[in-house]
Amino acid sequence: MRTKPERQAAWLMVLPVVLVVAFSGVVPLMTVVNYSVQDILDVDTRFFVGFDWYRDALRDVRLHEALWRQLVFSFTALAIELPLGILVARCLPRQGRAASLLLVLCAIPLLVPLNVVGTIWQIFARGDIGMLGAAINGLGIDYNYTREPLHAWMTLVAMDVWHWTSLVVLLGFAGLSSIPPAYYQAADLDGAGRWQVFRHVELPHLRAVLLIAVLLRLMDSLMIYTEPFVLTGGGPGNTTTFLSQHLATIAVGQFDLGPAAAFSVIYFLLILLLCWLFHTLVVAGAERDDA
Amino acid sequence: MRSPGLASRLVVAGYSLYLLLPLYWLLAMALKSNRDIVSRLEWIPSSPTLANFAEIFSNPVWLDGFVNSLAYVAINTALSVAVALPAAYAFSRYRFLGDKHLFFWLLTNRMSPPAVFLLPFFQLYSALGLFDTPWAVALAHCLFTVPLAVWILEGFMSGIPRDIDDMARVDGHSLPSFFFRIFLPALRGGIGVTVFFCFMFSWVELLLARTLTGSEAKPIVVVMTRTVSASGLDWGVLAAAGVLTVLPGVVVVWFVRKHLVRGFALGRV
Amino acid sequence: MAWTLPTALFFSAIALVLLVLGVAQRHWPTVARRGFLPLATTRGDRFFISLLTAALIHLGWLAVTDLPVPGASALALFAGAVIMAKG
Repeated sequence: MRTKPERQAAWLMVLPVVLVVAFSGVVPLMTVVNYSVQDILDVDTRFFVGFDWYRDALRDVRLHEALWRQLVFSFTALAIELPLGILVARCLPRQGRAASLLLVLCAIPLLVPLNVVGTIWQIFARGDIGMLGAAINGLGIDYNYTREPLHAWMTLVAMDVWHWTSLVVLLGFAGLSSIPPAYYQAADLDGAGRWQVFRHVELPHLRAVLLIAVLLRLMDSLMIYTEPFVLTGGGPGNTTTFLSQHLATIAVGQFDLGPAAAFSVIYFLLILLLCWLFHTLVVAGAERDDA
Repeated sequence: MRSPGLASRLVVAGYSLYLLLPLYWLLAMALKSNRDIVSRLEWIPSSPTLANFAEIFSNPVWLDGFVNSLAYVAINTALSVAVALPAAYAFSRYRFLGDKHLFFWLLTNRMSPPAVFLLPFFQLYSALGLFDTPWAVALAHCLFTVPLAVWILEGFMSGIPRDIDDMARVDGHSLPSFFFRIFLPALRGGIGVTVFFCFMFSWVELLLARTLTGSEAKPIVVVMTRTVSASGLDWGVLAAAGVLTVLPGVVVVWFVRKHLVRGFALGRV
Repeated sequence: MAWTLPTALFFSAIALVLLVLGVAQRHWPTVARRGFLPLATTRGDRFFISLLTAALIHLGWLAVTDLPVPGASALALFAGAVIMAKG
């Protein structure tokens, strides 16, 4: 592979993007940092308070609980979606009309507006009017996701799996399609079993897309807001209140600018750290593949 | 290539059922009257009716909601692709000062939680007089659609050999002429996939769309949540609106289905 | 944007460092190298890692102790210097 020529004038081509993203990303972020060190009563009455809001936020029990719930939820969802997505991707037919129909079907949940995802699962899972809820109650199990925290959790996870597993399926399918048939033939000649084919032929080819799948799913899952908001409203009690909803409650519900901003900065740093770690892994993996 | 066995077929059938059942239930609800929904549970609507859809199409609030949503999604998609094209070209063809860091910085914007930007967006767009216009939502959504567009387009462009650029230069094409006459047509599939993803992220987002609009530019997703709280839950109309919001996505995915797998093969979404 | 003097100074300082790094890169280009960090880094990478580390040190300090914050800043500066030099 030839190396790319160096040309500083390329900055001119990147400039529009930098300006747009600076306007919609950097300016707001700097504003958040400014808010986070002040007590803001109204636009003209502001006091510098240093790191007080950060200290409060970092020691806020409700934030710890929300963070803990968030991590449990994100890792549970990932632990189901990744293996399931790869399993389905392996089982999909590779070519033909059926393959493209199934792929379109898989893509549909990704294109449903986030609040409609919540609505769909609301009317699907309710005990009185929902197919799922009625069916479970019909089995003699007293299922009610608006009253039982455990049921609420299971419903949320089922919803997230419904919503996002397809992303892993599509990524995995694309990764599997890139494996030359010769690899499979060679494995057949060696008398490799299904598991060995998966382990030694498919998995190495899937590593790159899998890292991306983990990155995207983890990041998107950490910012989940709308779906639980519609489905459970964070309840029963606070048992399904995750980070973004906790933040939105402080920011828009109570309009506490300073504390909300301090929390935002902490939240952003957490995301930045994870994003950097995974990006480094992805880039390192890609460079090893090139070499 | 081995043909899928029975176990594979069962897995695919089971997963398809899992995807389809909630969607089927949404459609079934949309075709029932609210009285039927509340009074008895029917797996298949016994007296299907289009009254819920008629209600939506006759009510200007719903229609305006649709128009508003499509307006900001269209502005956002056009803007994202327009600014991302030259940037992606620069990233895929040249090295320049800070290119890798710039690329990573763009990526972090795609990953940031919208809730973090809620307050400043609200203040910023209010101050600029853009609050409650499609422009506010379109610009706010640029936060994740622009990095996404750069990311996807860069992947597709890197798949186009650089020899094409060199040959065009030898043939006497200037950079703009090469870009529009030769490069963009070769990139059609990539642009299609980019449009698909910009559309997708802008269309499904609720938090920013709700915070940045008032009564004038209220998008369809917000009309839905507000109707729920206001009118004491008309499940049938809600389900019908849900069905209508799913349709544009289905149309878009159908148009790009051939390029979709390649888009995912780059692992950039 | 509700500026305050400390945050203005903070962002100006970062902008200044970025500018210096940019100029330095033109005249004395850095090469990615391996230090004690488990990956090859350029000068810009190490600066980013230092910033992130500094932020985390401050947050950790605020979370566990009531001692004055400049203590955290001193620690962060030291960590940053080590990362820039040896990372």
